[in-house]
Amino acid sequence: MNLTTRVLGKTYQFLNLKEVMAKANEEKSGDQLAGIAAEDAKERMAAKLILSDLTLADIRDHPLLPPETDEVSRVIEDAVNEKIFTEIRNWSIAELREYILGQQTGNDQIRRISRGLTSEMVAAVTKLMSNLDLVQAASKIEVTTHCNITIGQRGVLSGRAQPNHPTDSIPGMKAALYEALSYGIGDAVIGINPVIDSADSVKNILLATKEVMEKWNIPTQNCVLAHIKTQMKAIRQGAPADMVFQSLAGTEAGNKAFGIDVALLDEANDLVRREGTGTGPNLWYFETGQGSELSAEAHHGIDQVTLEARCYGLARKYKPFIVNTVVGFIGPEYLYDSKQVIRAGLEDHFMGKLQQLPMGVDVCYTNHMKADQNDMDNLAVLLSAAGVNYLIGVAMADDCMLNYQSTSYHDIATLRETMRLRPATEFEIWLNRMGIMENGRLTPMAGDPTMFM
Amino acid sequence: MNSSIQLELFVNRVMEELEKKLSESPREPMIDHSSTETVHASDPDVVTVKVPQPKWKEGLTELIESTPARIGVWRTGTRPLTKEMLKFRCDHAAAIDSIYGEVNANLLDRLGLFAVETRYGNTENYLKRPDMGRIVTEAGVATLRQACKPKPQVQIVVSDGLSANAIDSNLSDVYPSLLDSVDAYGLTAGTPFFVKGGRVAVMDHIGELLEPEVLVLLIGERPGLVSSKSMSAYMCYRPRNGTVESDRTVISNIHPGGTPPVEAGAYIGTLVLKMLERKASGIHLDV
Repeated sequence: MNLTTRVLGKTYQFLNLKEVMAKANEEKSGDQLAGIAAEDAKERMAAKLILSDLTLADIRDHPLLPPETDEVSRVIEDAVNEKIFTEIRNWSIAELREYILGQQTGNDQIRRISRGLTSEMVAAVTKLMSNLDLVQAASKIEVTTHCNITIGQRGVLSGRAQPNHPTDSIPGMKAALYEALSYGIGDAVIGINPVIDSADSVKNILLATKEVMEKWNIPTQNCVLAHIKTQMKAIRQGAPADMVFQSLAGTEAGNKAFGIDVALLDEANDLVRREGTGTGPNLWYFETGQGSELSAEAHHGIDQVTLEARCYGLARKYKPFIVNTVVGFIGPEYLYDSKQVIRAGLEDHFMGKLQQLPMGVDVCYTNHMKADQNDMDNLAVLLSAAGVNYLIGVAMADDCMLNYQSTSYHDIATLRETMRLRPATEFEIWLNRMGIMENGRLTPMAGDPTMFM
Repeated sequence: MNSSIQLELFVNRVMEELEKKLSESPREPMIDHSSTETVHASDPDVVTVKVPQPKWKEGLTELIESTPARIGVWRTGTRPLTKEMLKFRCDHAAAIDSIYGEVNANLLDRLGLFAVETRYGNTENYLKRPDMGRIVTEAGVATLRQACKPKPQVQIVVSDGLSANAIDSNLSDVYPSLLDSVDAYGLTAGTPFFVKGGRVAVMDHIGELLEPEVLVLLIGERPGLVSSKSMSAYMCYRPRNGTVESDRTVISNIHPGGTPPVEAGAYIGTLVLKMLERKASGIHLDV
């Protein structure tokens, strides 16, 4: 494995694959915080050049985190189809990029090779792609999933209704949910982040959302984003959960900080299949985001793009209904400004799609980041062009419980109209029946939440 | 969108509604979209009911009052109305300001809290280097060793975190009710103090130094748009180096529009008692 190159009159010698992978990243404050980023633009280019000539076999033969010591690595290794890997093992990363972007390569071809790729290979090719590469490559990949309804079809842009409330008030959540539905948002999931992480609270919210769904015959699915253990307890007490949720990290130690491991996920998977209310087969909702491993000091010196790809490698095991990267939530120490957030959003969406995940993105920022709502408008348009499965819908983009800004009900409605996208088919039929939508556009009735009272 | 069709649908719908209304009650003046937009044009803080012809007008007020979320805001096409959009931008401007504020020194004096600092340096560095906000400076360590009772049953610590505003607004309510609650359960608190530039995991460094059974950290949250005054209480049974996030119990959203500060203080006391009884916190506490 060659780790030496000359760029602009200077020779660069890297120690190992881990260093090449980290330094080949576009600039991110999180990699700088970890002390592993390229020192300057030239060193970054040297790392990219080296990486472009490495083969898929080089990457597989030099694990950044050996399967013997990390269960996420074991999950990723176990999923590799050896026959397909053997066909492509001598491809360089440059060749992998060109194959994915090639005119002859469509959804089926990408789906096939994806079974021979590890998360590290997916991260590697991402580091060699421009933002527009990431948009075009992702737009080739169609991942449809079914919980109670099907989402992810080409031409469909779904929305999560996220009617959070700062004290978990059920009437307050319902009010924000009615507003979401009146704008045609809620086909991905009615998903609520609770303030109080207790089984009773989770059960009450699941019952309340289910009641609204049943009263108005809404073809969607509900979920409460508490810790998985709390949801399991609620389900065992009879709470109606169509899906279960969990945040994932890309290392075993990172997941330990989240209070989970593969055994617990397996147990929850078994439980939701036996006692969940969703039709399936896709019964999970995962969230991820660059920087969470470093935040938990569980990154093992690995860069945040690679660790993010590994989250998706773990997620894939459970065949989720939806996955999203909460791209700008973690803060400026990992993604400093809008440029870094936009890049990360496109990277994460592509890396998830390449691993056959139904990717959504929480296009978002916190108030201590150098970003504003205009930057979110930009990223949302880019992701809509890239074929993102769903975006987050929050009233006027302002989450009054999580204290950050995302995309709004208005934004998703606008993206659908501007980019000629539609809600999920079954949900659109319901919107038509309710008089909220007609021929894919909002009617004059849309935007009146009292229609659900 | 074909605007003439939309207008026609709209007019039909308005007429239907009007007929309904006329048969039920004295007629409200018909609100047209352009006139509602100009109401309160000079005051971006006043949000009026903007949905021009809601199916149930009183219901709309009830919905809006049930949540601080920005609902019932209406639209032009699929976009928000101008004043609503500008109000959002004003609130964002205010939130950015609160990150750079300082906690009122008189408040800390009045509550008997002395101050130490982390290695945060300055606000820009604090934002980029959370690791430095997890370690108390050498001078601070010396102060804590000298001033604080070692191995307390309950150690209370306050920090500005990402919003000094949150401490200024809530501490004088939360802190006394927390002390009352600790007393009422017959527990004993150690020497309380303030940490400037703290991150949540500064609990571990303080835990190593003072070895409390339970540590309660009251810290300013990242400011939101609805409130830049939201505080969190992080609690941990025996925080030490190597403690992971899921070992901590948190009550977030402590502010007058969220979890009321006085109630939060009492509730923290109850959780502390549970942690001491069960010798656990976070996801291991099982509440």
